Amino acid sequence: MQGKAAMFLRSDPRLYESRRKLEQQAKHVLGFASAKGGVGKTTLAVLAALHLARMRFRVGLLDLDLTNPCTHLLLGVEPRLDLVGEEAGISPPKIAGIEYMTIAFFTGGKPLPLRGSEATSAILEILAATNWGQLDVLVIDFPPGIKDEILDLSMIGGDNVKIVVVTTPSKLSVEAAKRLIDVARSEKLSILGLVENMADKPGLGKELARQQRIEYLGHIPWDPDLEQSFGRPEKLVEGKAGKAMREVTERLVKLLEG
Amino acid sequence: MHEWALASTVLGFLFRELGCRKLEHVVIALGELQNIDWEVFRFALKNIAKTEGLEIKHIEFVRKKAKFYCNRCGHEWTLDDVNLSEEEREAIHFVPEAVHAYVKCPKCGSRDFTVVEGRGVELISFAGEGCNVSALRS
Repeated sequence: MQGKAAMFLRSDPRLYESRRKLEQQAKHVLGFASAKGGVGKTTLAVLAALHLARMRFRVGLLDLDLTNPCTHLLLGVEPRLDLVGEEAGISPPKIAGIEYMTIAFFTGGKPLPLRGSEATSAILEILAATNWGQLDVLVIDFPPGIKDEILDLSMIGGDNVKIVVVTTPSKLSVEAAKRLIDVARSEKLSILGLVENMADKPGLGKELARQQRIEYLGHIPWDPDLEQSFGRPEKLVEGKAGKAMREVTERLVKLLEG
Repeated sequence: MHEWALASTVLGFLFRELGCRKLEHVVIALGELQNIDWEVFRFALKNIAKTEGLEIKHIEFVRKKAKFYCNRCGHEWTLDDVNLSEEEREAIHFVPEAVHAYVKCPKCGSRDFTVVEGRGVELISFAGEGCNVSALRS
């Protein structure tokens, strides 16, 4: 059955168009991933995109959390279909300097329960149809877990696709991050580094990065005021977590350009 | 229009990925859910091909009605059995899977259903010169 599914995917024109778009429309594709929910991956993905835009990079943000997209809440965007344009496909609206795409534009923020093959189909449709223009970096916010979204991207993506592993210092989160690293390696998905979120100092995340021989991008302190900045991008980047994420983003840029 | 992007995707696959030099015929299914304007789609296929210096002799469309199967109660239904606003239809046109946000099983109310048929654009068959279909198996 697995072979049959792979055969179907390879004969789907959208797979090739998705790959072509990612390779030709973005110099770098950077996916923020975690095997466990609640580690702040969405917040860090949005902060990275906002900082990249402030650094004058041409940046896109794609929310691939199909069943529970939340990036629009952080950016303060009401998800409406009329925000999406049509020019050689689907044109993302520009929000806070970011070319922004989310499934929420098409669902109006309603629940979207999808089983495996339909999740893959939705991912292919969005990747094949979205016209990003020319980006320096496309940031992707993955849903938590090691499921369709990340596996599909490992199959679609070319050499320019890399992931950033997000964890907290918790033993549970670090164990989950270890599993994600394992799968990323088996699927030949490059890991750019690891960020330790909700950590006032380097913790088990740093130890994991050392053990796994991946770059430790830094730690982001717990920010009790973060929630109050949701919906206000300019305030989000100036908060405690936002400022720490700027340093992490600078390291990401060095690694991407190096 | 979205039809142009879909046409470009299909042609890119046939000519760029499979290396077809000239197509005798192409059969494409158009699922009801994606609500493609088939005249615009045909026009886009022909025009993109012409611009790229490619040749397609015959294009055939097979229109497929959308059919749904409820994974919870086993009920089967079609798009005729549900009411969708223009905006909802437009959203589904872009991403057919968005139907799960707007449609529930008419019998039990579950959103856990499968689109059995009639999703969107699907390449059914093609014949031409130089098409390397073995690339799909590698």
